[in-house]
Amino acid sequence: MLYYIGRRLLQAIPVLLGTTFIIYFMVFAMPGDPLLGLFGDKAPNPALLARLQEQYALDQPFFVQYLNYLGNLVQGNFGISFSGQPVNDILARTFPVTLKLAVIAIFIEMVLALTIGLISGLRKGGIFDATALVVSLLLISVPIFVLCFVGQFFFAVQLGWFSPTVGSDTSFGKLLLPAIVLSLFVVATAIRLTRASVIETANADFVRTAYSKGLSRRRVVPVHILRNSLIPVTTQLGADFGLLIVGATVTEGIFNVPGVGNTLYQAVIRGERPTVVSFVTVMVLLYLVVNILIDLLYAVLDPRIRYVK
Amino acid sequence: MSGTTAAQTAKHLLEIKGLEVGFKTQNGVVKALKGVDFTIDAGETVAIVGESGSGKSTTAAAIINLLPGSGQILAGEVLFEGKDLAKASRKELEDIRGKRIGYVPQDPMSNLNPVWSVGFQVEETVKANGLAAGRKAVHAKAVEVLENAGLPDPGKRMRQYPHQFSGGMRQRVLIGIGLASKPRLLIADEPTSALDVTVQRRILDHLDTLTRDDGTALLFITHDLGLAAERAEKLIVMYKGRIVEAGPSLEILQNPLHPYTQRLIAAAPSLASRRIQSSSEHLGSIHHRVDDAASSVDLIDAAELRVEHVATAAAGPAIEVDGLTKVFKLRTGGLKTEDFTAVDNVSFQVPKGTTLALVGESGSGKSTVAKLLLGLEKATSGAITIDGRRSEKLAGKELLALRRSMQPVFQDPYGSLDPLVNIGATISEPMRVHSVGDRTSRRERVFELLDQVALPKAIAGRYPNELSGGQRQRVAIARALALKPDIVVLDEAVSALDVLVQAQILKLLADLQGELGLTYLFITHDLAVVRVIADNVAVMQKGRIVEQATTDEVFDSPSQQYTRELLDAIPGAGIKMGL
Repeated sequence: MLYYIGRRLLQAIPVLLGTTFIIYFMVFAMPGDPLLGLFGDKAPNPALLARLQEQYALDQPFFVQYLNYLGNLVQGNFGISFSGQPVNDILARTFPVTLKLAVIAIFIEMVLALTIGLISGLRKGGIFDATALVVSLLLISVPIFVLCFVGQFFFAVQLGWFSPTVGSDTSFGKLLLPAIVLSLFVVATAIRLTRASVIETANADFVRTAYSKGLSRRRVVPVHILRNSLIPVTTQLGADFGLLIVGATVTEGIFNVPGVGNTLYQAVIRGERPTVVSFVTVMVLLYLVVNILIDLLYAVLDPRIRYVK
Repeated sequence: MSGTTAAQTAKHLLEIKGLEVGFKTQNGVVKALKGVDFTIDAGETVAIVGESGSGKSTTAAAIINLLPGSGQILAGEVLFEGKDLAKASRKELEDIRGKRIGYVPQDPMSNLNPVWSVGFQVEETVKANGLAAGRKAVHAKAVEVLENAGLPDPGKRMRQYPHQFSGGMRQRVLIGIGLASKPRLLIADEPTSALDVTVQRRILDHLDTLTRDDGTALLFITHDLGLAAERAEKLIVMYKGRIVEAGPSLEILQNPLHPYTQRLIAAAPSLASRRIQSSSEHLGSIHHRVDDAASSVDLIDAAELRVEHVATAAAGPAIEVDGLTKVFKLRTGGLKTEDFTAVDNVSFQVPKGTTLALVGESGSGKSTVAKLLLGLEKATSGAITIDGRRSEKLAGKELLALRRSMQPVFQDPYGSLDPLVNIGATISEPMRVHSVGDRTSRRERVFELLDQVALPKAIAGRYPNELSGGQRQRVAIARALALKPDIVVLDEAVSALDVLVQAQILKLLADLQGELGLTYLFITHDLAVVRVIADNVAVMQKGRIVEQATTDEVFDSPSQQYTRELLDAIPGAGIKMGL
């Protein structure tokens, strides 16, 4: 088991190296001088420009810059943003917020997907199933910013249940509305998957055998049908978790959540190499860790899977 | 009269009247059962026999109202102790299932939930039927249930998961669960079809003892007539959703009235081999006793054909195997490995144009021999000589030529055909790989091959999922014959098929051998089939050949204890046929 985790973590190293290189190169290749943008319409003072170039090592060739960056990264130093703040500080401020948002969203997704998927699967072809299908299709086809605005308008402005924007106070109550909207964005796929999985399990031989043993429906449904259906759904939820962290940009923008998406967007616009690359690196790392965790959870859910090699 | 309950007034334990079951499909309701009537008395053993699709499993499922998928009881009554289960509420059914009627399902591999431990699944049965209360008592009862079912070391084994159990052990667990609450009726749906003959015999003996001791009635469902006759007092023969014949077992076997029953008897290898055996002195004289009109396929014909052509077969071995050994390295956790000798110093010869049957239980190494022979695995040591050439030393063109002359047919006709490739392309693929002929000539050869295996030409454009198991196996045989091989390796090629289909394929194989002078290596766990098809038999046990002789010698005077066990395990061996 430990051997397996160790191997997976080692495999993450080349992935991280590759991603940082690609991202660094892409930001490097972006047209325009990032520093010139800082001066806006004004003509830059050549002396100041030269000092800034030196400070951010922008006068060096690409590989030197990249290796410098890597060297700092290994020491846990993510560099300094154009606004003069250490990227470490920005990361420490924004990541917990986005993580919190994603965890609430994934929890809502799980509850919705499992209840709606289970009922749809057990009553295949019924009114509930048909309604769930139509609503799912609707959710899949509506762009997320429309969902955001509709949610913001109805539940915050009209009904006043939630506050319309989050701002600096990132408490559970404030994050709930953006989290619900975010979960609706991914829940449709999870519902369909749960439904399909429940239908398949409900027709399995061992479910029939469970009934033949004299078990009641109330026991067979959670213990034999839902439990076995969890296995494929778990993988989907893991993939969604990554999607939520990465894909929260629009939602964070509309609800003014001071999270990763918001900050990253600004940094990309400004061409801030250290900020962009560091954020992406941490995201990739998080994504890899979540996937390892999901694989381990998989082994807990399905005793046939054992990681020996 | 008002004081007597329904159970006391009921004459029979189970009485089924005019039972009709239908399955909803896109083209309306398809009837699987078209009016079935029979009765079972307390303590009686009744067997339902028929090929797949005859409605025997549907009947079993309908009794406890657990029809699969869209199945529905359309009409009729299922009176159990006087109560109609077809109209019972869910609550009433839950009370009866498991407690009054036990059920042992068909496939031990898919009928235990893979994510729960075996103990958990037995304990929940114990709890649901109120057999014990309190954690310790439930655990103790579960251990007792498994112990009664003949599972060794149940206390420890309970913590294990189904995938850590062999098929036989899983079946014991399922039998234990079925009998846990000492039900009045046990329904066993092909409880041993997936198992080796020797395991099958042990499990059925055990089931006999258990049901006899508790006075449990047994409804036993099987496709094997020999097995049914040996185990049950009463026999019900089903065909296309109807009962075509019913009565005492011996009477039906010795004097079958319905043509379908007669066909089943003619096709059952367990019974056919018995007949060949009992009348080997005068092969010719038995022929007229079998109703010709009824027996579309008779295995005795096939056997005779074999005897004829063996006499004309030229001597000289097509396959010669000497001191063949295969050692696998097994992981034992961590980085350590342990040697496992799957094939241990095996030697045999197969003369041209004859059939050698390699027999043994699963795990005896017979399939590994096939793989070594086909060059799919590399031997650890030993020599394989095919047509006078050492096969393991060949490479490149010569190896390709060897592959051409030696073709396999595998057990699972569902798994060995690519579902995305149509039949014509499947059969012509070996010719394309070996660049034999051009498009038109290959096309003609496909039609010729389809004709040889008695399939219509139109089938070339169809896909595997549109064919039955028997048709698929014919396709697999046609593909094997495409390159005009000299040797065909048949690895359990008929084991997955229904008796009637099995008989047709065996006949086909015998015919093809006669026509084309093929040499067969026939690998099987079913000794009954061996009698029909093979000239020589090699019995394998734990990687070694323990006995090797002509088929007649092995059947008439087996020299090894193990061979005798295998022979005894053929169901129906003890039945005197009315021939």
